[in-house]
Amino acid sequence: MAVISFIDAVTMAMREEMRRDPNVFVLGEDVGVRGGVFRATSGLIEEFGEERVIDTPLAESAIAGVAIGAAAYGMRPIAEMQFADFIMPAVNQIVSEAAKMRYRSNNDWNCPITIRAPFGGGVHGALYHSQSVEAMFNSTPGLKIVAPSTPYDAKGLLKAAIRDNDPVLFFEHKRCYRLIKGEVPDTDYVLPIGKADVKREGTDITVISYGLTLHFALQAAEKLAQEGISAHILDLRTLYPLDKEAIIEAASKTGKVLIVHEDNKEGGIGGEVAAIIAEHCLFDLDAPIKRLCGPDVPAMPYSPPLEKAFMLNPDKVYEAMRELAYF
Amino acid sequence: MATKVLMPQLGESVTEGTITRWLVKPGDVVSKYDPLAEVSTDKVNAEVPSTVSGRIAEIVVAEGDTVSVGTHILSIEESGETGAATEASAPSQPAAAAASQQPTAPATAPAVSAPKPLAAGAVNEGQKQRYSPAVMRLAQDNGIDLAHVKGTGAEGRITRKDVQLFIEQGGMQATAAPAAQQMTEAAPAPVAAPVVQAPVKETAGNVDIPVATGDQIIPLTPVRKTIASRMVQSKHEAPHAWTMVEVDVTNLVNFRNQVKDEFKRKEGVNLTFLPFFIKAVVEALKEYPILNSTWGGDKIIVKKDINISIAVATEDALYVPVIKAADQKSVYGIAKSIEDLANRTRAGKLTMDDMSGGTFTVNNTGSFGSVLSTPIINAPQAAILSVESIVKRPVVVNDMIAIRSMVNLCLSLDHRILDGLVCGRFLQSVKQKLEAIGPETKIY
Amino acid sequence: MSKMRHEEAGLTDQQVLDMYYYMLLARKIDERQWLLNRAGKVPFVISCQGQEAAQIGAAFAMQKDTDYLCPYYRDLGVVLVFGQTAKDAMLSAFAKKDDPNSGGRQMPGHFGGKKWNILTGSSPVTTQVPHAVGIALAAKMQKKELAVYTSFGEGSSNQGDFHEGANFAGVHKLPVIFFCENNKYAISVPLKKQLACESVADRAIGYGFKGVSIDGNDPIETYLAVKEARERGLRGEGPTLIEAVMYRLVPHSSDDDDRVYRSREEVEEAKKKDPILTFAAYLKEAGVMDEATEKEISDRVSKEVDEATEYAENAPYPDAESYKLHVYGE
Repeated sequence: MAVISFIDAVTMAMREEMRRDPNVFVLGEDVGVRGGVFRATSGLIEEFGEERVIDTPLAESAIAGVAIGAAAYGMRPIAEMQFADFIMPAVNQIVSEAAKMRYRSNNDWNCPITIRAPFGGGVHGALYHSQSVEAMFNSTPGLKIVAPSTPYDAKGLLKAAIRDNDPVLFFEHKRCYRLIKGEVPDTDYVLPIGKADVKREGTDITVISYGLTLHFALQAAEKLAQEGISAHILDLRTLYPLDKEAIIEAASKTGKVLIVHEDNKEGGIGGEVAAIIAEHCLFDLDAPIKRLCGPDVPAMPYSPPLEKAFMLNPDKVYEAMRELAYF
Repeated sequence: MATKVLMPQLGESVTEGTITRWLVKPGDVVSKYDPLAEVSTDKVNAEVPSTVSGRIAEIVVAEGDTVSVGTHILSIEESGETGAATEASAPSQPAAAAASQQPTAPATAPAVSAPKPLAAGAVNEGQKQRYSPAVMRLAQDNGIDLAHVKGTGAEGRITRKDVQLFIEQGGMQATAAPAAQQMTEAAPAPVAAPVVQAPVKETAGNVDIPVATGDQIIPLTPVRKTIASRMVQSKHEAPHAWTMVEVDVTNLVNFRNQVKDEFKRKEGVNLTFLPFFIKAVVEALKEYPILNSTWGGDKIIVKKDINISIAVATEDALYVPVIKAADQKSVYGIAKSIEDLANRTRAGKLTMDDMSGGTFTVNNTGSFGSVLSTPIINAPQAAILSVESIVKRPVVVNDMIAIRSMVNLCLSLDHRILDGLVCGRFLQSVKQKLEAIGPETKIY
Repeated sequence: MSKMRHEEAGLTDQQVLDMYYYMLLARKIDERQWLLNRAGKVPFVISCQGQEAAQIGAAFAMQKDTDYLCPYYRDLGVVLVFGQTAKDAMLSAFAKKDDPNSGGRQMPGHFGGKKWNILTGSSPVTTQVPHAVGIALAAKMQKKELAVYTSFGEGSSNQGDFHEGANFAGVHKLPVIFFCENNKYAISVPLKKQLACESVADRAIGYGFKGVSIDGNDPIETYLAVKEARERGLRGEGPTLIEAVMYRLVPHSSDDDDRVYRSREEVEEAKKKDPILTFAAYLKEAGVMDEATEKEISDRVSKEVDEATEYAENAPYPDAESYKLHVYGE
């Protein structure tokens, strides 16, 4: 099995799906000749031509809206938002249209689109190339939100998203693109959307996370293991709808839960995860449910010390995990 | 002073770059912003410019090599500097590169030193009384009085793990060995790594003892903490009284010496003295059942079953398994039980059941030479008996000095339950039974 | 109107009579819904009154069964031509289970129905425009010969989605007909506060395709404009923006009171150009429709509307528990 980067797994998933189904196509800004500003669509235009790898005008609402129309007609569009930060003009299309088409038409129409968007910071992207926007969408029934953290999951979940008969927002942490490498089979496999994944078994504390911070937690867990603290780590993978069963199981296992994400703390996914635990796990809880998240400031600043202070890192996650272990 | 030039981050998300061509060589003089190398990354191909003016001192990364962002790729001696370059004073790494490197940096080596305390200052005793929902439920489900559980959490809070450990070690029925003593003939086991990994931290009972240079700090293992907690609890709650008898076991020694080889051959088990002592204790307990009882706060519970707790040490912990229904066992049966429990203790295969239900403890302190001990009661039992070393001593028999094999039996008793009279009678009974052992004594 | 304009446009007598029938049907359904609303029987009405000529003219130029519609909320006339019935309209008004648009989930006017190639629509305006472009793009990729009609008000032509969708379609030369029903008001805001340009059609030049402004009270002129636009699209010459100028004869919706923002005189003046009246006059003048035919059509429409009302009023509501269904596919 080849060890490849996160972004190569994304590309592999799209290439395989485009080979498998002629209705799958890619559209977005710079996705064609340039192969995407992050190179996620690299090589696709050469293989599939510009009709299926469409460099669109710079207009996010049209990227989403045109994809929605095409999806309703029967295609399987993969729309790329160049940065999650730039998804805002398309929010109306995603939330009012894609997410509600099936429901509002009483199951007459559906909208099988996949919208990919690189999110997250730590790449000197400042306010508008670093945001985590998932929480803006996670109260939108009809939409599915996926945020894998490993190359293996990225491929399996992206393929699942493309084949899904409902709209999927697929968030890729841009810092993971080249940082995170892992074994990815070149075979055809899909992973279930809506299922979280235990990335590490443990008994003292439970960490629930996704995206880049999941890796911080894994690193911190290694260090803590050598101090005799055993961390159980759940990768949410799907942010909406949440895998409630897995969250309840993971939380109950240790009774001490730390939720980690890069998105703002207040109003973030973590709040919802905490609420699920509070509703279902009271008598298993041995500590307050803790959250370690990005700060509640508008967005990530550019200057390196400011960015560093804003970003979570393995040390910050380690400290939070340790503190909870000693509670 | 040599300036280290680092692999820059060329583009968002890029983590590494390849030196495709060096545009300079050592000795070349470069001006600030002169191109140094061509670098290719996943996103861009670019020339990396010099950040200083000076002479190329060293090229560190070869053409064609791919290195992480932030890697030192070449050094430049800045203009006006002497050749005495010093690596130690490399300019500060651009913060950008440092920040970007952060996630790739391996987790630092685990702290060898003890973790720094998280909760400093005075212990808040009130915290111990506040139980989490998980702790409350576990206590209720398992009939545990949380006053008996030692908290290891912040400010002495009882954690879910504390209760789980308490249950695993026998719950209300069991405590750790009353003394760090053992049954077997092996040397006492040093305190080693805990069986169960658990966060180790300062507990409520901690005091601020100064640590001098060279002092060794041994973190508490969960087992050690449990032992500590149970000892304190027993000593604190049960008013201990103590008494001792000396027993002439010359006949026992002779008898055992006669039968031990054949016993070993037939049964494959060593016949030690301990089964005889336990047998005698059990018989005496039948006569004085009040010693086989438990303090119940507002009542005394006399146990029907006679289950004898014994202490077994392993390399890393001390356990108190129980010989169940000892009153229904022969000397042979007791010997087999001791052997079995000792073996399973060392193999780490004791079950919860093995460690629960003890009603009286017999402790073989004699195995390491003790002639006198004052054991701590294995609460909530009523008493504990220690068997000291058998030693040959001159004693007066029929007004003559004789050399006899003598042993001291020490009894610690919970004076809430027991008084001296009944204990004296009990010990006399044990003594008589032991001294009556002879060729006609049944082993089976 | 010159006498035989419909023949010049390639429309038969029967076709123009059918057009008149649909216009009248749309009008009468609409009027009935207002009555039902004022009688407290349906919660909401949004009207097509004054826009029927443009709607029916446009729909007649589209190819039912192959072309797609992404209509806006006033397009009752368009969806009737494409196959919806008075019953369907009334089921929607009463929010009954068998409402084909949404099973009673959406307000009236939110048309949709896969069997008629009508894409489901929403309330935020102009979102349907990029959808129409997407359908056209998909059809082009699948090498299907079809055109897509999408409509919107002049107010909606200010939305980003109009611009983004039109620009995209222009770049890709897609067979999309951007049909702007300029009824002079965006709820209460008049045209002069909405646009600085002379005509919505002027905007087309910015997207590199043709824009035309036509008399939306004339179904034949509309038919011709849309027919030409459709053919241009199918020839691969790209989209067309058509501004059909008309007048909204009633308030924005049953919840609106237009007396606060426009004079009665203005409305009365517009009613003189009511397309139902002017088209009936043309048909009579052209000798296509006599009194008897007019009465027959009128009676047929009234009967349909009566029956539809009766049917829909007595039809079952959706099961309350069904609100949980169809969030995601099974």
